[in-house]
Amino acid sequence: MIEVKSLSKRFGKFLVLNELNLHLRSGECIALIGPNGCGKTTLIKSILGMVVPTGGDILFQKKSILKDIEYRKKIGYMPQIGRYPENMTIGQIFDMVKSIRNVDYQLDEDLYLQFEIEKILHKPMNTLSGGTTQKVSAALAFLFNPEVLILDEPTAGLDPLSSEILKDKVLKEKAKGKLILITSHLLSELDDMVSEIIFMQEGEILFHQEVGVLTKETGMDRISKAIVHILKKR
Amino acid sequence: MRRILKYVIIDIVKNKIVVFYTILIALFAWSAFGLEDNASKGLLTLLNIILFVVPLFSVLFSTIYIYNSSEFVELLLSQPIKRNKIWNSLFAGLSVSLSVSFLIGAGIPLLIYAEPRKALMMIVVGIFITLIFISLAFFSSILSRDKARGIGYSILMWLYFALLFDGLVLFLMFQLSDYPIEKMMVMISALSPIDLSRILMLLELDVSAMLGYTGAIFKQFFGTSLGLVLTFFLLLLWIVVPYVISLRKFRIKDL
Repeated sequence: MIEVKSLSKRFGKFLVLNELNLHLRSGECIALIGPNGCGKTTLIKSILGMVVPTGGDILFQKKSILKDIEYRKKIGYMPQIGRYPENMTIGQIFDMVKSIRNVDYQLDEDLYLQFEIEKILHKPMNTLSGGTTQKVSAALAFLFNPEVLILDEPTAGLDPLSSEILKDKVLKEKAKGKLILITSHLLSELDDMVSEIIFMQEGEILFHQEVGVLTKETGMDRISKAIVHILKKR
Repeated sequence: MRRILKYVIIDIVKNKIVVFYTILIALFAWSAFGLEDNASKGLLTLLNIILFVVPLFSVLFSTIYIYNSSEFVELLLSQPIKRNKIWNSLFAGLSVSLSVSFLIGAGIPLLIYAEPRKALMMIVVGIFITLIFISLAFFSSILSRDKARGIGYSILMWLYFALLFDGLVLFLMFQLSDYPIEKMMVMISALSPIDLSRILMLLELDVSAMLGYTGAIFKQFFGTSLGLVLTFFLLLLWIVVPYVISLRKFRIKDL
């Protein structure tokens, strides 16, 4: 579905991504993990076209994304810190995004309804708490029923209940054969969701492994333990 | 593009400052004509006010607006929209709203008091000045991520074009007064859109005699229809060049 080919990104002197190669298949739920500042968000933003790579290419369904924008119709993105026009209300944001996308198929309003967003439609974005902003971001990401979901720290600001709702939704979408890419620092959360793990460090990929293989090789039953085990061994 | 433009314009109009700007220009225009008994004098007064206020407001308001819409731009970028479209919509939105403000504020009194030809010329010059300084705002706000720095560039640009440039020209004329520099002055005036506009209007108002011998050269050059076309072409360049540079930088900007 998505192929990353020797992708590099440099911010001034800093090499944030160093010749990355990845192959992300649909039907998988992939966790992208690694220490702070290892280039996770830069990788995600490169896939979304928000960051222009210094070198390399990204293919979405075998087509390069560098000159194309249509592929973004098939991606739902939930940012780590959602930034929205401050003087617009939640309702206006939803209306605007819907009118820009202008799709004719049935929208996926599961999260919209479960997070009870219709009750807070009149609230301006600058009065929202971090968690509520996250809910808006999540509802927007799933709204257009995209084939690929990219979730950057999805549960960081959410309360436990909303966090569960979101996880259930992720599992439901995964079962439909979608590609889901999640970054998270909460390894314990990932256990029941993800099928593959990508571990990044200093702009490079340390390993890209199926969860089953990973736990078997290390003899550990949980992802967090398996990763700690690998890191200690190196 | 139309859909995004709609949201940009609604956002600018909801921001009451543009309404205030319209009222301010209207006040200047009505009082300029009301206080002077002669429409030509009124026009001259208004010209000077417009060449001072319109650039300042256009460049500052646009720069701050562009910085404040960074969230809006970010939201749109994750949607299937070309970067060109986003930047163009912002430019078009600002241009339409500030031009309409100018039209309402200065256009109505101009059409009532001044001769139609002169009034029309003044309106066209005013809109050109508005667009030029919006374009310069796009240029200065893409130069830096830092808002304070971007606004600083804008203020410096305005200071340069509105005040310093005239000083430099005067200094040059004074220092080189022994040489025949009149032709050079024509070239130099093309380096400032405000001066270009001023010369254009002064010639239109038939007061170029006030400029002395240089005025005669100006008249000889800018007074012809070729000169007029050339002047508007230069003004157009002042809109296109800064904007296109900013657009190119925006296309490869990391967000």
